Amino acid sequence: MAQLIKVQTEALKPWIEISDFQTSNFQNHTNYGATATFVGTMRDLNEGDEVLEMTLEHYSAMTEKQLQEIVDEANEKWPLLHVLLMHRVGKILPADPIVLVAVWSAHRAAAFDGCRFLMEALKHKAPFWKKENLMSGESRWVEKNTPGT
Amino acid sequence: MLTMQTVKVLYFASLRELLGVAESSIDLKDASDAASVWKAINPSIDLPDASLVAINQSYASLDAVVQPGDEVAFFPPVTGG
Repeated sequence: MAQLIKVQTEALKPWIEISDFQTSNFQNHTNYGATATFVGTMRDLNEGDEVLEMTLEHYSAMTEKQLQEIVDEANEKWPLLHVLLMHRVGKILPADPIVLVAVWSAHRAAAFDGCRFLMEALKHKAPFWKKENLMSGESRWVEKNTPGT
Repeated sequence: MLTMQTVKVLYFASLRELLGVAESSIDLKDASDAASVWKAINPSIDLPDASLVAINQSYASLDAVVQPGDEVAFFPPVTGG
């Protein structure tokens, strides 16, 4: 099983990452029938205000630990073959990808459900915080997640 | 330099801005709990409602035991993804 968990300040290019991950880890594998991916992207509107840019802060040591625990938990719940989990930190602009979750499994149920679980668990447990700089000149911390359902 | 008697305390996001520091430390002679660590360092500031606590990078409750040498972090609800 291939697994990559990465937090980075560089721009996240999800489709290139997915392609590279497959090529370097399981190019000739024939056991996966399902791939599910989720990409979270920064919007330019939040709570009715135009957002110019955002800064993502994290608690590095705890982020690594939490993300690993989340991936371990997903592997216990579903027969996942491969997991790729990437997250941006630092300064982010509208339309920039923030998070990438991709999972591979034999059948679609595990891929869909595992991908969804990883994303929801990340949002609730991984210690990241967003600060928005608004078009109005004001800046503010995002205080809570949008609901997942 | 940190000795094993020192508890390292970290603050993130809005809590870091509220306090004006990212990190502090306190010397503990005996085991204490997270709430007491906050009060000892920030006697005049109440920990904001909904704040979260981690001890050694794992979520913990305010009454969880803190031992000398631990790393304690206080932060607001997380908003990643």
